[in-house]
Parts: sequence; structure tokens; C-alpha cells
Amino acid sequence: MVRDMTADSPTDDHKLKARRSFLRGGLAMGGAAAAAAAAATAATGGAALANGDQNILELKDWNQYPGDGVDARPYGTPSEFEEHVQRKSVPWLTADPISSVNFTPLHELDGIITPNGLCFERHHAGIAEIDPSEHRLMINGLVEKQLVFTMEDLMRFPRKNQINFLECAANSGMEWRGAQLNGCQFTHGMIHNVMYTGVPLKVLLAEAGLKSNAKWLLPEGADASGMTRSVPMEKALDDCLVTWKMNGEALRPEQGYPLRLVVPGWEGNMWVKWLRRIEVGDKPWHHREETSKYTDLMANGKARRFTWEMDVKSVITNPSPQAPLKHDKGFTVLSGVAWSGRGKVSRVDVSLDGGRNWQAARIDGPSIDKSMHRFYFEFDWDGSELLLQSRAIDSEGFVQPTKDALRAVRGENSIYHNNGIQTWHIKKDGTVENVEVS
Amino acid sequence: MSKFPKLILAAHAALAVSLLAGSALAGKYNLGREATSEEVAAWNIDVRPDGQGLPEGRGTVAEGEEIWTEQCASCHGDFGEAVDRWPVIAGGEDTLAGDDPVKTVGSYWPYLSTVFDYVNRAMPFTEARSLEPDQVYALTAYIMNINDLVDEDFELSKDNFADQKLPNEGNFFDDNRLSTPVFAKTEPCMSECKPKVKVTMRARVLDVTPEDDTD
Repeated sequence: MVRDMTADSPTDDHKLKARRSFLRGGLAMGGAAAAAAAAATAATGGAALANGDQNILELKDWNQYPGDGVDARPYGTPSEFEEHVQRKSVPWLTADPISSVNFTPLHELDGIITPNGLCFERHHAGIAEIDPSEHRLMINGLVEKQLVFTMEDLMRFPRKNQINFLECAANSGMEWRGAQLNGCQFTHGMIHNVMYTGVPLKVLLAEAGLKSNAKWLLPEGADASGMTRSVPMEKALDDCLVTWKMNGEALRPEQGYPLRLVVPGWEGNMWVKWLRRIEVGDKPWHHREETSKYTDLMANGKARRFTWEMDVKSVITNPSPQAPLKHDKGFTVLSGVAWSGRGKVSRVDVSLDGGRNWQAARIDGPSIDKSMHRFYFEFDWDGSELLLQSRAIDSEGFVQPTKDALRAVRGENSIYHNNGIQTWHIKKDGTVENVEVS
Repeated sequence: MSKFPKLILAAHAALAVSLLAGSALAGKYNLGREATSEEVAAWNIDVRPDGQGLPEGRGTVAEGEEIWTEQCASCHGDFGEAVDRWPVIAGGEDTLAGDDPVKTVGSYWPYLSTVFDYVNRAMPFTEARSLEPDQVYALTAYIMNINDLVDEDFELSKDNFADQKLPNEGNFFDDNRLSTPVFAKTEPCMSECKPKVKVTMRARVLDVTPEDDTD
């Protein structure tokens, strides 16, 4: 578990104090080991407590010695004890990490906002590192005036803030043929939920002046894949944003710095990163990412195209295979996330017995259109085996289907748009496995 | 405006700019500036199924094979069969309705223009935008050939491009998810919804989840 901490190591001063603690005959431990020991102490319960908890009885370094000053961490990073909270990839999934994907650690997060450094990545030609002073956005095609904007130009337009989830159309795509990956990070982690700041796309299009036969847009990325997707004009004029901030700060390079298109509720591939051009046309372009990829192959060999909206979906993030129950029977908190590309989530039901009986969960925090929602279900675990499921219902009335119901209409080869109900098997020892049920 | 890209390529900047100036209307915010015709031409490389956006040029299967061997085969294989998990480019006929569909240009892609556009904008993988138009025509012709769509002596050009059809074009249909049963908006069952539940499949059996310490 203990990794190289060079990137954000505790200061030498901190290490010195730790050593001092060791010399004092205290616990000789680094962060991760100390955490493990603390967990072990907790696990042994009252038996180890002759006079009480050593964490209380012993004087701690942090309680005695001053810590780092204000400028020691000019851009703050998480505690060293949270170092395991990372995006992770599934190496066998793709040919090369340059055109690949990693996954958001959903089981480590709470609330509805995904921290910028944990938003999953999907690149088709690696991360473009762009100097914003050299970045331009061009609008060309069926407009009255073909325009070029600098980043400074764009920031002078009236701004809008929007919280939206971005889900890759292939999220849960590895699970079409059955339970495969043990962890919601891997089964459901191609999603993040972020507040974006930018200018509505319709404002930029109005600035250029749309011609009467303007029906489609082709946003294009500046990266080496030159990512393109065809976007219908109705969506562009509805709620799309051209953005440069995520969760208040500049877009991260891996999320499209300095400019990204936000296409709320629609598959993540359309949210073109490193956005440098928007062409206006009268027909779709049928480019690679909307023909060869991101089309849904049916069992009969025909393929559905332009499947833009992300369907209503939810997953229990805790407990889950990477986040087992670590306590004996008793009161516990089940938590998860739900979202719909067609509106808000109006209800989430939870089942403890594999979908036989259901109870409504409690949605907490903001309920926003085309955003993640957080739900909780608190219950007394009797220590028996459970088959946990969650089922979301959106504001349009669409109900998250079972995996079998979905397979009945999609077959097993469509890769994309798997919003089936996930089952986690909780064992008596609290460990959790990804399973499918009758 | 569909003829606009041709105009830019055919005519000189002065003509294109004067055409634009005639219809130029100031935006509400008067931000940004008008793009020059050279700027639009530099970035406006996209190609559509009807051939809009194709540059002048031509290339043969034989010329394409030479470039393919040098710049493409290391990932995609000598005949498009692919190396490791890189995309398969050829073959896969009659596999789409089976258990292991192989989606290639010949078996799956609906439009040849997609091949030209993608190769031109994103290939080869380590050096995008390095191919000349004639080379892209030649590679596209070679890809058609290894998919048994054209003979070895075939030459592809801007002029005959729109006549080329891919066999799977008719098998794509627009999104109709809302008409399928999973979108029925039925109020879901809350209790005693099915008999006692059994586990039918476990992830651990496959054991393909990355280890905790794998980086």
C-alpha cells in the first residue's frame, strides 16, 4: 500500500518529528502503517483498551509540534492518508495508454461534485498541452461572419454556471455479458460531475449569425486526434456551454484546457476537449466517433446511431467491492449516486434482497437537471448476506431497467448505454462482490 | 454555403474575403474578429459522405500499400488484421450478428468519407496531419482493397469518391430507444417482485479486476 510519496511527501521536518516519536519509544510508523494500526486497534474493540485508547492516552506529534506554514503547499493536495484515492485504469482494456481511459474512484467520494483531479480521463491521442495564449476558437461554415476568438475574447462574453454530469457512453460497457469487474470505480467510474463556467454556445453562434439552412455543428478538438462529433442545432441552442473553468478553476489539461464544449446529459465523447473550431453545416458529418464508434450494435447485426442522451442510471458506491463493510452488524449507511441525461432524478429505490423488495432511498443535496444526485439509505445490518441494488427513476418517468431487461432489447454487443441495475453481494464478513442475479 | 470550401481552395484570399465582407454583420457583443480565408482553409479539413470537403488528389491501391507497410502495418497488421488490441481494419464480414462481432471498414463502417477524414486528421497515430492528400487517397484505396471492395489496379480520386459505397451503410438506423420496452415508464414493483433471488454470475470467477497496487 505504501507508495513513493515523492510527489507530495511530508516535509523533512514532519519526518524528523516522526523519527523523534520513534526514538521516544512511540509507534514507529509512517502514515499508511499508522492508519492500518489504528484500524486494527479499532477492530479489536474494547479488549485492547486496558486503560483506554492509546490514540487518546498518548500525546500525538500534531498535538505538540507546529506544522507546515501557510506557503508550504501553495496549491493544496489531499492528505497523505488519502493517497490511495486515485483514478485507475484497466490495462487490458485498450492497446495503449495514449488512447485509453481511466476511472473515477466513486467509492471514495461523497456529495455530488467530483474533485478535478479525480475526474476520469478518456483521451484519443493523449493530453494536448496547450498554451492558452496560442489557443483560438474558430466558427466557420454556414454563418454570416466566420469568426476567430482568443481566450481573452471568450472571457468577455456574459457567463453562465452549470453543474452537469459527464458520462462516457461506454460506462459499464464491460458488463454487458455479465459481472466482470469488482469495483464501482471500474463498472461505473467513467463519470464525473462538475460545475462549469463558460459562455452559452448559442451566444457565440448568434455572434457569428446562423444562416437559415444551419442545422448541424461540428465541434473539433485541437489534440492529435482532431476529435470531431456532429451535434444537432436544437441541442446547441438549448443548453450547450463553451467552458474554461471547472469547479471554479481552469480546466485541467486532461479535461481539455483551455476550452471544452459541455453538452449536458449527452454522451461524454461529444464534450469535445481542447475545443478549437465549430463548423456550422446543413447535414451531419458521420465522422469516426459517430459511425465506427459510439454506435450501438444490436443482436441482429444492425446498429443504432446518434444515441446521444445518457439514460437514467444509479449505482451504490458504498458498500461496494472496493469499499467493504468493516464493522459487525449494526447501523450502517448505504450511499450512492444517480443521474439522468433526460432531466433530474426524482426517486431512487434500494433493495437489500436482489430486487425482490424495494424501499425509497433519501436523496440529499442539490437536485439539478442533468447532474449527479446523491442518495443514502440508512439501515440496521443484521450481519446476514445481502444483495444490494439501486434503481433510479428520472423526472421524465423513465425507470432504470434490470440488466436482463436491457439485454432483451439490446443484445450483448452494443458496448454503449448500459444503464442496467447493478447488484453487489455483501458477504457475512462484510466483503462485497459484483454479481448478477436471477 | 456548401460551395464555400471549394471556393476557398479554388480562389484566392481576396475573392473569399470580399464575398464574406458583403454579408458580414456585426455581432451583438462585437467580440472576436473575422477569420481570414487562409485560416479557415488551414483548419477546415473535414469531409462528409457527399464528398464535401475533399481536397484535390488521387491515389492507387499500390501506392497505398507502400505507405501502409511503412506507416500503418505495425499497429493494424499487413492486411488490416491488427496487432494486439489496435483496431482491426479489414475482414469481419458476416460477424455483426454473432457472438464476436468484428467491426471493420468493410464489415461495419457506413461511409468511405469517414476513412478519408479520419486518416487525414488523426493518422498515423504518432504523427497526425503528416500525410499529403494523394497519400490519403492511396491509403483509402488500399483499405478498400484489403476489404475486397476494389481490385488491385483501382485508383481513388476526388472525382470518383462519391460513387464508392460501403456495404454496411444500410444497416444503421437513428436512435429509437424511446420506443423500446425499457422506456415504458411503468411504475416499478416495490414488494415481492420475484421469487427468492439466486446469484447467477460472479465477477471473481473471471478475476480481471486490476490489483490494488497495480499502477
